[in-house]
Amino acid sequence: MSAPLASAAAAVFTEPPPVVVSRGYWATVFARVLRDKVTVFCALVLICMLLMAIFAPWIAPKDPTATSMLKRLALIGSEGYLLGTDELGRDMLSRLIYGARLSLFIGIVPVINAFLIGTLLGVLAGFLGGRVNTVIMRTIDVFFAFPSVLLAIAISGALGAGIFNSIVSLTIVFIPPITRVAESVTTQVRGLDFVEAARASGANALTIIRVHILGNVLGPVFIYATSLMSVCMILASGLSFLGLGTKPPAAEWGLMLNTLRTAIYTNPWVAALPGVMIFTTSICFNMMSDGLRQAMDIKE
Amino acid sequence: MSLLDVQGLVKHFPIKSGLLNRQTATVRAVDGVSFAIAAGETLGVVGESGCGKSTTARLIMHLIEHDAGNIAFDGKTVGSQHMQLKELRRQMQMVFQDSYASLNPRLTIEESIAFGPQVHGLGRTEARARARDLLARVGLNPAQFIRRYPHELSGGQRQRVNIARALALEPKLVILDESVSALDKSVQAQVLNLLADLKQEFKLTYMFISHDLNVVQYISDRVMVMYLGRIAEIGPVGEIYSNPRHPYTRALLSAMPSVDPDDRTEAPPLTGDPPNPINPPSGCRFRTRCEHAEAVCKQKEPVLNMIGTGHSAACHMMNAGSGHSKIIPIAVAA
Amino acid sequence: MSSTATTPLVEVTNLSVHFRNADATVHAVNGVDFTLNAGEVLGILGESGSGKSVTLKTLMRLLPEKKTTIGGGMRVAGHDVLSLDRAGLIAFRGRVASMIFQEPMLAFDPVFTIGQQIAETVIQHEGVSREVAMARALEMLERVQIPSAKRRLEAYPHEMSGGMRQRAMIALALACKPQLLLADEPTTALDATVQIQILLLLRQLQKEMGMAVIFVTHDVGAAVEVSDRIAVMYAGRFVETGDVRTVIRKPGHPYTQGLLAANVLPGTGIHAGKRGDRIEAIPGAPPNMVTLAPGCAFEPRCKWAEERCGTKVPEPLPSADGGAAHLVRCVRAVA
Repeated sequence: MSAPLASAAAAVFTEPPPVVVSRGYWATVFARVLRDKVTVFCALVLICMLLMAIFAPWIAPKDPTATSMLKRLALIGSEGYLLGTDELGRDMLSRLIYGARLSLFIGIVPVINAFLIGTLLGVLAGFLGGRVNTVIMRTIDVFFAFPSVLLAIAISGALGAGIFNSIVSLTIVFIPPITRVAESVTTQVRGLDFVEAARASGANALTIIRVHILGNVLGPVFIYATSLMSVCMILASGLSFLGLGTKPPAAEWGLMLNTLRTAIYTNPWVAALPGVMIFTTSICFNMMSDGLRQAMDIKE
Repeated sequence: MSLLDVQGLVKHFPIKSGLLNRQTATVRAVDGVSFAIAAGETLGVVGESGCGKSTTARLIMHLIEHDAGNIAFDGKTVGSQHMQLKELRRQMQMVFQDSYASLNPRLTIEESIAFGPQVHGLGRTEARARARDLLARVGLNPAQFIRRYPHELSGGQRQRVNIARALALEPKLVILDESVSALDKSVQAQVLNLLADLKQEFKLTYMFISHDLNVVQYISDRVMVMYLGRIAEIGPVGEIYSNPRHPYTRALLSAMPSVDPDDRTEAPPLTGDPPNPINPPSGCRFRTRCEHAEAVCKQKEPVLNMIGTGHSAACHMMNAGSGHSKIIPIAVAA
Repeated sequence: MSSTATTPLVEVTNLSVHFRNADATVHAVNGVDFTLNAGEVLGILGESGSGKSVTLKTLMRLLPEKKTTIGGGMRVAGHDVLSLDRAGLIAFRGRVASMIFQEPMLAFDPVFTIGQQIAETVIQHEGVSREVAMARALEMLERVQIPSAKRRLEAYPHEMSGGMRQRAMIALALACKPQLLLADEPTTALDATVQIQILLLLRQLQKEMGMAVIFVTHDVGAAVEVSDRIAVMYAGRFVETGDVRTVIRKPGHPYTQGLLAANVLPGTGIHAGKRGDRIEAIPGAPPNMVTLAPGCAFEPRCKWAEERCGTKVPEPLPSADGGAAHLVRCVRAVA
């Protein structure tokens, strides 16, 4: 052997200088999302929808509830009615713009509620394990036995029609799947060495959950929740369609689809418009959720 | 007095299966293990998968509860009023094998190291100052590293951070569970040198668990050889490597690949895989792979028998009264 | 090598492999040249990220085609590996060259028995009847010294222990008597007493069947046990190639020297690491394969580094004291 190589002590500060400027996890995720054109496009569409909902009174050309017996079922492109009129002669464009308010509201709020409650339940079940886990997860299993559409209809039917009640029923529908995902992610994270190390340093359960578990669980569960928003919008529309959600004359895409169904043969393009809105929004939610999932999957 | 004294440690894991979750089998992971570590020494622990070396470490750390036995730290039984668990965990720390999994990916290096001291009541500013100080001690420039995240570091750098994290609580005993095994050889050598330096600087005691016999020989004062949840042989490192007495220790040593092209290994010392710890063989657990196995090995379980200064082996051949036909005379009277 | 009359079994010329992803291009292999004769064992020694496994996978064309750019040429037993079409590739894999991995579960389909899977390979390549193929499967399991081989034919992969699975994978790889076996760290995940069994089994099978083997490992001991020649890989290049004795006893490249010293090999007589002594560790960390410097890749960690090292990658040239077959990519080692 030749003369000794430089000792490790001398090597102490010869580690290569930082190549990557550290910008934190979420900043990295954001940068990765920006490079994914499809996700950015979907996010932009959703932002437009949101702005449309917020500024509806200023954007909408006409009063969404003003009826006109003379101008019923006007075709798309009719004078003064860019997207035609519905069966009561109300301006479709204005109703679609106003409809975004209610539709987005009852599509997003139940998922947010379920995200908060489900994550809490799932993290508790996953971290504490044992009996707590059994009680929470078996209860969840009972809800899983019913198809989500039937469950939503049953609860809404029992509570009665109305926006508040449909939000309550949809929240209940989405708690079980979110709890299950949160529980499985928590169980995974709990088994990782850094949680062991935290326990080994004497931290109590609450501190470990706060510092080490939540940060690693919220991300994946949030992604899953965003993918549920499209389902929630469709279910909410379905409830309205069945007369269990919003009531006429309020503008809501699902309800509009219902009332326009009689016109499907006479004026199919106008009748399909609320459906197009529901479809676009839900597909954007789905694509964005996929993109986020990929961006968050940062490997070493 | 020994810093850590383990007596008759037992841990069995139930295997549950079927609809009713009934216990169908038991993994005898650790099955009656007794040893001591003196302050300031390094005890190397070697053995193959399923020998219980990692479970022993987790039992000592109280990350899992033991079924039977006694663990005393600094002369005090852990869990008693003299030694609360939280206090124990300040004095005893562990470094794991997987450098990536043992750091929270959402925390910066600084936050990870400062976490432990903060749990034990140190203020945020002081804890972070200590983190920075420790980073420098483990050979990472604090200015470069405190704000970085685990995925931005190399394996060697991450393991240095894990060592700093373990030292942040100023422990007396550090358990290193395969801590250098996943590193590349050139980086491994750096970390081993670092461990040697830190031991001197902080007056540490190490329990060094590894499957790599070369590394264990380099770093240990005493070596404990485990097989299927039991101690096969324990003694000073020189004795174990130059005068191994247990047939399993001998097999392990001659299973090391040769590094001399003109002196390659001719025949494997053992055949077959290590048996499953779910149903370990009766009597001596090594008898199924041992060339000296006899009827007595099947009937009676060998006890750890003193065969030299601080050197013990659990083999009937080392025990004059066992009835084995090939008793090996013991040179040094116990 | 000395045999110039016969064409070598494997000829790799100026092989380069680059992976593209959204973030960057990884230069995994950067100009690898070597030849291997029939019946010869080459050990490729290197650390993680050195490109040793990538080189093997390229020889089998196992890399995802869309994201990989391969340059240079590879000929194995007269086949131009890089231009093989789909059918050619199927005939090539298993028949001409075969591969074994670190994790045997990857090589097996969990829903078929070991016997079925080995027989299937034989039928596909040789077109024999199921009976003949099953007989071959049994013969192979006996060859890799699996006890009660007949019963093991009916076993599913998950029913076997780690060492037995590794043996079964070797049986599968050798079932059609390939001329070249590529071994990608086949003993790394095994227990010490099992590892030596597999190493010796490979050595024995190689002699019996007369095949050529490329054995990739990070473990100097494993490489010494099986190899005739050793190539040391660093940053996607062979930095040193030569006869196993020459490379181990007279390492010419500073990286090889450091690697051997860092292995802490007590009691071997080559460089006995004494307890308590500091280990001669190579400082620093392996280079970033995205932003590779123009010069010698080891230069930042090398204690002998000079100005000329940083400007140009050294050519592999015969070493000063190792003879013509000992090639070293270092400006200092050249005669």
